[in-house]
Amino acid sequence: MQYNGGSIVAMVGKNCVAIASDLRLGNQALTIATDFEKVFPITDRIYLGMAGLATDVLTLRERFRFRVNMYSIKEEREIEPKTLAQLVSSTLYERRFGPYFIEPIIAGLTDSSKGSQPFIASADLIGCLNFAKDFVVVGTAEDKLLGVAEGLWEPDLEPEDLFETISQTLLNAVDRDAFSGWGAVVHVITPDKVITRTLKGRMD
Amino acid sequence: MECQFGLSGNGYVLLAASTTAVRSIVKMKHDQDNIKVLGPQLIMSYSGEPGDTIQFAEYIERNIRLYQIRNFHALRPSSAASWLRRQLADSLRSRNPYAVNILLGGYDNATSKPHLYWMDYLGTLTNQPYAAQGYGSYFVLSLLDRYHNPEASLEEGLETLRRCIDEVEKRLVVSQGKYIVKVVDKDGVRVIEL
Repeated sequence: MQYNGGSIVAMVGKNCVAIASDLRLGNQALTIATDFEKVFPITDRIYLGMAGLATDVLTLRERFRFRVNMYSIKEEREIEPKTLAQLVSSTLYERRFGPYFIEPIIAGLTDSSKGSQPFIASADLIGCLNFAKDFVVVGTAEDKLLGVAEGLWEPDLEPEDLFETISQTLLNAVDRDAFSGWGAVVHVITPDKVITRTLKGRMD
Repeated sequence: MECQFGLSGNGYVLLAASTTAVRSIVKMKHDQDNIKVLGPQLIMSYSGEPGDTIQFAEYIERNIRLYQIRNFHALRPSSAASWLRRQLADSLRSRNPYAVNILLGGYDNATSKPHLYWMDYLGTLTNQPYAAQGYGSYFVLSLLDRYHNPEASLEEGLETLRRCIDEVEKRLVVSQGKYIVKVVDKDGVRVIEL
């Protein structure tokens, strides 16, 4: 969990959700890459982030893409965020006694025909789900993220305010963590578009 | 104790690997070539557990060749990197995993761009303008942070490479001996005498 470093946070807003991650890839204290993304689009309104061992992040990205594609083909519809959460959970629990060393975060909006509700969830490395109403954090800076988010987050933020809140939360938390940082990428998911921005932080 | 590094420039990728084979405190060999030519425009340097490196490198070499024979064209660098990563990632969770670290350099003819990939024995893959592995990486990476130029000509690239080798020679307790250097560009793969 500490080997490659990295942190992710997701937050709920008013009719929108945001998910953000840092960009560092390290080998213990040595930084290898500063452009390593840990958050991936699953559908055009659901994003999945994975913090932990980088090789498992890459392996599971491929594995989830396969499983979500199989779901869409069989069901002939897009996957719902809560269904994805269960899929992620069962995929991780399949490896209960030899786990993938990642902690996932899911952020998305439910089907617009059912009112487009914001949804966030996180899980531990063996797939124990945590459905939160406000925000979820994972990664090497999770303790700091939890503290900052607790102070900055408030209910019913508009997309632009949510972007500011999540960005400040992440940037300030990773500044106190040696294993995370080197800039960040933020996705704000709204019913009609996804706003993706890359941020610079303390680049040291 | 081995050291390998690579850097990309204007239309080329350079890979350098130390040629000394060490066992315990003894230098066993001074001319070991740790850079395999995988295709007309693809090279791979490797280091790690002595038995695993050669076994794994030859497995990769033959399978990439097989793909080329079957499909009448070579695998592009990004595809080769993805496949290589998968081999390492699957191996990691097998009974006896390969402990091999890899730098993969290639020139993509379709986009006319050079590619350099850093990969460790866990299957962590990342595309980088410059990369290093082994004890030398602690000195070389900071040097490359300062002196690497993505638009550098081959001569300028080689100059930076010499700087890296000299720095490792100067600061690392164990001398690495000679390096083998290979370049891949639009004309293919060549060995370069420094």
